[in-house]
Amino acid sequence: MLSVEGLDLFYGDAQALAGVTLDVPQGAIVAIVGANGAGKTSLIRAISGMLKPAAGRIRFKGADITGQPSHRVCNLGLGQVAEGRQVFPSLTVRENLLTGAMLPRVSARKAQNYDRMLNLFPRLRERLGQAAGTLSGGEQQMLAIARCLMGEPELVMFDEPSLGLAPALVLQVLDIVKRLNGEGLTCVLVEQNVAASLKLASHAYVLENGAVTLSGSGAALLEDDRVRRAYLGL
Amino acid sequence: MRREHLLLGLLAAALLALPLALDRYQTSVLVLVFLSAYVGQAWNVMMGFAGLLSLGHALYVGLGAYVSAALFVHFGVSPLIGLLAAVAVCVGVAMAIGALSFQFRIEGVYFALLTIAFAEVARIGFDHLKWTGGAGGLFLPVAGSDGQWWNLRGGPLFFYYVALAMAAAAFALCAALRRSKLGYQWLAVREDAEAARAVGIDVTRARMSAVVVSAAMSALGGVVHVFYYNNVFSAQIFDMTRSIDIMLAPIIGGIGTLFGPILGAFILVPLGEGLIFATQALGVNAPGAKAVFFGLALMIIIFLAPNGIWPSLRKRLGIGEAKP
Repeated sequence: MLSVEGLDLFYGDAQALAGVTLDVPQGAIVAIVGANGAGKTSLIRAISGMLKPAAGRIRFKGADITGQPSHRVCNLGLGQVAEGRQVFPSLTVRENLLTGAMLPRVSARKAQNYDRMLNLFPRLRERLGQAAGTLSGGEQQMLAIARCLMGEPELVMFDEPSLGLAPALVLQVLDIVKRLNGEGLTCVLVEQNVAASLKLASHAYVLENGAVTLSGSGAALLEDDRVRRAYLGL
Repeated sequence: MRREHLLLGLLAAALLALPLALDRYQTSVLVLVFLSAYVGQAWNVMMGFAGLLSLGHALYVGLGAYVSAALFVHFGVSPLIGLLAAVAVCVGVAMAIGALSFQFRIEGVYFALLTIAFAEVARIGFDHLKWTGGAGGLFLPVAGSDGQWWNLRGGPLFFYYVALAMAAAAFALCAALRRSKLGYQWLAVREDAEAARAVGIDVTRARMSAVVVSAAMSALGGVVHVFYYNNVFSAQIFDMTRSIDIMLAPIIGGIGTLFGPILGAFILVPLGEGLIFATQALGVNAPGAKAVFFGLALMIIIFLAPNGIWPSLRKRLGIGEAKP
């Protein structure tokens, strides 16, 4: 569904991605793991069109989207839940959700999607009139996910969805990812929580210094000595 | 009927009937109040809704004034038509500034500096433009044309209703925009441009449309300004202090709120006028005395209501304007 080929990305002179190639089949959960600064967020931002790669090809549903602006990529059905729960703090929960429905493709179904999100995340229903900045971390993450889903994406890239959350909430968020995947959503999961995300993933890539150094099924990587030593502390 | 609609209706009725109880001077003060509320509303579209700080908003008011006045003086073009030219020029300039800054990712204070630069260029440019009278200013013919409403000729009472209609229309327009799809995009961009980009909002387009709407609104403010005063001087109309005056009403009233610019204008304009009388009555003839008191008053207001007066007043009145 999504394929990336030989992606190079630079910040000025510093190379953030070097020849990254990966493939996300439809219906899969693909995990991308790696240390801080390995290029995970850069990769997501390049795929979503927020950063322009220097070389390489990005294809989504057969179409070349390399270098397309993010609003167009988003409208094709490639959504992202950005790192750090970027909700709009002084807008209400309701308004936050509605900003997710700005894509031309989905604006006609705004009301249905809105109801669907409130059923999916009942906690948000209790908070509709509240400023998003006053929600708890877990609620903000739910809101960020719900806002993304308002745009009816077919593939969502989750960038560190459990960052800064309490352990119980981490499991809850990963459970949501799993459930959404069960409903047919293709997921790319970037997680610091390597063990949990590898368990969830059908396929995974290890990113080091901007390059893919290892890939395989989630289960295989969990057994891999290098992964166990570097990321699982075993 | 919701409470705010009732209060708004009462306010509108009171303002419609008010000139019956006012003398010529008081009427002219209220014209300034409405014009200030109107242009403040326009500035608020950029800053309050889309988060774009314009420190040179006098540019659009001045351009609107000059374009319509020059067309009227040189070719006898009615301001109702000149208005279209004024809006077109302002939208063109706004798009040029927008394209420049958004293309090169000039944001925040750097964008604000750019707006000052353009206003200054206009001030100096019009100072040397002979066609519009240069530094000597451009004057509209006054005599014998009273009552030609289609040429915006009339006394304070006429302009009272013109300016009132403008302030009301700007309020209604902003209320509609605030609830529109575009309004949500503006708020998202204001809150966090990167996050807005991530949810698929075309940030550049949203910002550009805010600049364009604001400039077009301000152009009309300039047209009415020059036909009310019958003259325009580049050194005044494009001056930095004019740009500051434009911002003060919405800042005092409450940035990003719909009623803030109106409330701010109702406080600041009479305050300024009152201080002229007060300083005269007290025999304080030192130059700038009025400005000192005005500044003190502003400091007190900002100290007491840092988010503007309207948000705190609204709570007391129990009115639920949509959160900014």
